Amino acid sequence: MAMVSAENRGLRLAVRYAVLTLVAIIFIFPLLFMVMSSLKPQAQLLADTSSLRAFLPVGDISLQNYSDAFRRAPVATFMVNSVLVTGITVLLSLAICSLAAFSFAFLEWKGRGVILSVILATLIIPFETIAIPLLLMVSQLPWIGPGGLEFGWLNTYRVQIIPWVADGLTIFLFVQYFRDLPRELIEAARVEGATWFQVYWRVVMPLAGPVLATAAILKFLVMYNQYLWPLIVVQQESVRPVMVGLGYFFQLNTAWGEVMAYLTVITLPVLAFYLVLQRAFIASIASTGVKG
Amino acid sequence: MASRLTVSNRAGWGFALPGFGLIAVFIVLPFFFAFYFSLTNQRLISPNPTEYVGLDNYRSLLGLAVITLEPERDDAGAILRDADGAVEYPRVRTITRSDAFPQYRGMREWFRWQSGDNARVVIASDVVFMKALVNTFLFVLVVAPVQAGLALGLALLINQRLRGINVFRTIYFMPVVVSIVVVSLLWRFIYDGNDGLLNNLLSALTFGAFQGRDWLGDPSTALGSIMAMSIWQAVGFHMVIWLSGLQTISPTLYEAAEIEGANRWQTFRYVTWPGLRNTAILILIVITMQCFALFAQIDVMTNGGPLDSTQTLVFQAVERGYGRQDISGGSAISVILFLIVLSISLIQRWLTRER
Repeated sequence: MAMVSAENRGLRLAVRYAVLTLVAIIFIFPLLFMVMSSLKPQAQLLADTSSLRAFLPVGDISLQNYSDAFRRAPVATFMVNSVLVTGITVLLSLAICSLAAFSFAFLEWKGRGVILSVILATLIIPFETIAIPLLLMVSQLPWIGPGGLEFGWLNTYRVQIIPWVADGLTIFLFVQYFRDLPRELIEAARVEGATWFQVYWRVVMPLAGPVLATAAILKFLVMYNQYLWPLIVVQQESVRPVMVGLGYFFQLNTAWGEVMAYLTVITLPVLAFYLVLQRAFIASIASTGVKG
Repeated sequence: MASRLTVSNRAGWGFALPGFGLIAVFIVLPFFFAFYFSLTNQRLISPNPTEYVGLDNYRSLLGLAVITLEPERDDAGAILRDADGAVEYPRVRTITRSDAFPQYRGMREWFRWQSGDNARVVIASDVVFMKALVNTFLFVLVVAPVQAGLALGLALLINQRLRGINVFRTIYFMPVVVSIVVVSLLWRFIYDGNDGLLNNLLSALTFGAFQGRDWLGDPSTALGSIMAMSIWQAVGFHMVIWLSGLQTISPTLYEAAEIEGANRWQTFRYVTWPGLRNTAILILIVITMQCFALFAQIDVMTNGGPLDSTQTLVFQAVERGYGRQDISGGSAISVILFLIVLSISLIQRWLTRER
């Protein structure tokens, strides 16, 4: 009797793992297919799609597609642009949103409630519904350049960065986190004569590691993977990010190996980042759901 | 004493201002501009001054009418039929171009149906916009429940105490970090009619019985293919949110259910599901908003085709506002989209309110 139930348990465990594995295949095989295809010459690549060889690094494997892709498009420029835009936006966003959240969480000032409500209300506005009027705005905004006052932000880094620095979700995440910190810490620091900025910088920020990671990861994903906005505000190659650079590979009679090479190049850094920090990635997505 | 420590109008405003200022300029302002531009004839670049045009932009998007066409008859009054035996009707443009019906001017046929001998024809000022509206709703109505349901299934699957479960969680979540643009181009290859992986795999699995099809090139499968891919990419995101909801349910409730002798379904129905209420509301709202924003997949995979079968609201807004530099038309679509999203989240909140 006991043996039967042990056997049963073994069987049920095997079924569980089988289901888990089957689902895993659905998620991972298309990505595997992308990477493997990038390594194969066109003829073999197409022939391989009718068997499991599509998911294996077999046959005539080389990096030829990668060098072809780099020759077809200025991939390195696109990468540098994406890294710059993403990196600067993430850093500015962390600084500005955490400072604002500090003020909402710890300071009392006239208008605080109203301003915070306005910021949270913006969460209901999908970016897609403001993209078009924003396009007109940024095409006419002023800027102090090397040659004095100029108008128009199109085809710059700043048009890709500045509108994305502050957003309701990031501020909300910081406020949530700060409110759970013990207020005595802040009060003690004030009693000892620290300025508000010192409290923010020396007391609160050193405790904000988890929420900084969360906010940074969310912003990173949004910025690096961004498409619609750079598509409409950037036409010049010199400032074009990777996702829009993809347009080079749209034409008919595509050399699929080259396309897959480009996709792999722009995706591997994110995937590597994710695999190293997967706990933090998943925690940050989960935190968007808390008390939402 | 404590309150005097925290009252600080100057520091308070000063610290909040950079963040609030950016949000005001780059989110709130364009939001109101969308309403304003939609009432004008604003263009991206134009030598002419912008004029107020009232609701013209909305009229030219939403104009809709039903007209009835009577069959053509010969002198004896018998219905005329063409070579295939189908009833002949006057052309729709004899009405939409006629001076007798100024209200129908410029409208085009969207679809028609038969009513007795007569044909009822729905004409629209902007047939492409109407198709975009319908496709977007279709996308939301299919993807939101299916994706939320599958995500819950995955969350339950992954919420087991098993060795190596984290590996599976990592894999299920993986497509979420990959850009939807990358995913779209990858799946264009998978769906390809000639060399696509899907056709070849299906054909191999059925020993050649499956005839390949051009998934994205066929109006009957294009939108469905995009739906399937979108779910594949995003379902891990909502799995994680469900999972965090599952983990807030107290283990003692499960223990109590076990002592009471509840079976698995009863446990899910009376312990798990009530505990997931708030998560469910959040997930539905988030998925709905994401679905209404459908753009990148369309831009990369189909450009709205074939035969406008994958047109969407955002794609149309961008095509006008950016493609044709018609800021006012694009803004009008944006406003319509926002009002839809707003009313749907209000309805969802109302339907799922605490009773």
